[in-house]
Amino acid sequence: MDNNKRKELKVSAIRNGTVIDHIPSDKAFQVIKILNLENSSNQIYFGNSLESKKFGKKGIIKISDKYFKDEEINKIALVAPSATLIEITDYEVTKKENVHLPDYVEKIVKCFNPKCVTNIQGITTKFNVVQDHKGTMKLACHYCEKTMGKESIEFL
Amino acid sequence: MSNLVDRSLVSITDYSKDEIIQILDLAEEFEKDQRRQILNKHVVASLFFEPSTRTRLSFESAVQYMGGSIIGFASADTSSIRKGESLKDTILTVSNYSDLIVMRNPMDGSARYASEVSPVPIINAGDGANQHPTQCLLDLYSIRKTQGSLENINIAMIGDLKYGRTVHSLVQALSLFDATFHFVSPESLKMPSSVKTWIKNAGLEYHQYTDMMDIMPIADILYMTRIQGERFPDPLEYEKVKNAYILDNSMLTNSKDNMKVLHPLPRVNEINEDVDDNPKAYYFQQAKNGVYVRQALIAAILDLKL
Repeated sequence: MDNNKRKELKVSAIRNGTVIDHIPSDKAFQVIKILNLENSSNQIYFGNSLESKKFGKKGIIKISDKYFKDEEINKIALVAPSATLIEITDYEVTKKENVHLPDYVEKIVKCFNPKCVTNIQGITTKFNVVQDHKGTMKLACHYCEKTMGKESIEFL
Repeated sequence: MSNLVDRSLVSITDYSKDEIIQILDLAEEFEKDQRRQILNKHVVASLFFEPSTRTRLSFESAVQYMGGSIIGFASADTSSIRKGESLKDTILTVSNYSDLIVMRNPMDGSARYASEVSPVPIINAGDGANQHPTQCLLDLYSIRKTQGSLENINIAMIGDLKYGRTVHSLVQALSLFDATFHFVSPESLKMPSSVKTWIKNAGLEYHQYTDMMDIMPIADILYMTRIQGERFPDPLEYEKVKNAYILDNSMLTNSKDNMKVLHPLPRVNEINEDVDDNPKAYYFQQAKNGVYVRQALIAAILDLKL
């Protein structure tokens, strides 16, 4: 049994569902929260601070019988852009891809500007995903045009 | 038919360089002859959810010089907003009564939203602390008129560069014309990094100063701003900086001959009254230019022939 195999087995395998791998350790609990997994009745296996060649420490979440929608994948990408999404069918990997930051996110994030029309009139939020001059990811509100950093992101 | 027809104007970035020039050229025609009865079959709605003297009067004047009718309200107190009506419902209703809606609203982003729900075009006359594109167009008109061109201007912006929406839009617009920017402000009111990123992405230069006198020999345009108390979350912070940058006539001695002083108005005390008689003072003419620019905008959007 090689090292990788042993590591994988630290969190039980699932028959059908999705594995979210390569989550930075300090983001793993946040990923659980934004996906509302606390209230899920699906079987969930979760490991954190596992050794990772790429990240030093990583988190992994395995959710049985659950396949994520684009909106949910966008949420994961905003919090943990390094994450890998693996879909499992009958213990076999049927799809494996890195999440990637979309150019545009709708409905999933609240604008941090209390005077923004989206907060006052309860309108669907829309943001462009942009980079500042240092290359840091920011969200620019389609309506009030304010940009917010990761630290201000509050999911709906 | 021009591509501005039936299009809302929410943010100055909605317009390309050519479209900006198109509006300024048309505004020149209105400066030559302001009383053109070309709007007499139209109704313009003027919805001011918060008070504004000059922007509202300037728009109403623009409509009336062209013979148009104007309906609307000057504050939310007299509208059904008080009864709790949503912005969407107000816009949808008023669009039944008018060909074009001019709107000022205190909510940031309200103009973009209104433009998405409205069947008639919206002109943003200020949405909270966000955008005020017609101010930007009249600033551009004033710069072009006094300097002969908009290209390669050295513009100094002074005062509240953090909260002042007019300077942010003006930076975005002048970036299309290869301006060099000089920002003069107290430390707590410096230009936000998002605006500086915009300049860098346009491959242009900006310089920052705290002493106003440093830019006097360089600037073609001195764009003064009011330090606005209502934009400060902390009144103490406002008290500390409100008198920081006051221009008086003696300070203009070393300025360039072509230099003009602009200000979006109203001023409080940031330009001493002794500047008013200096030929370099241009702020009242600048406000007058606002009417020509708004006439041009309405004419372009409603496809009126001169």
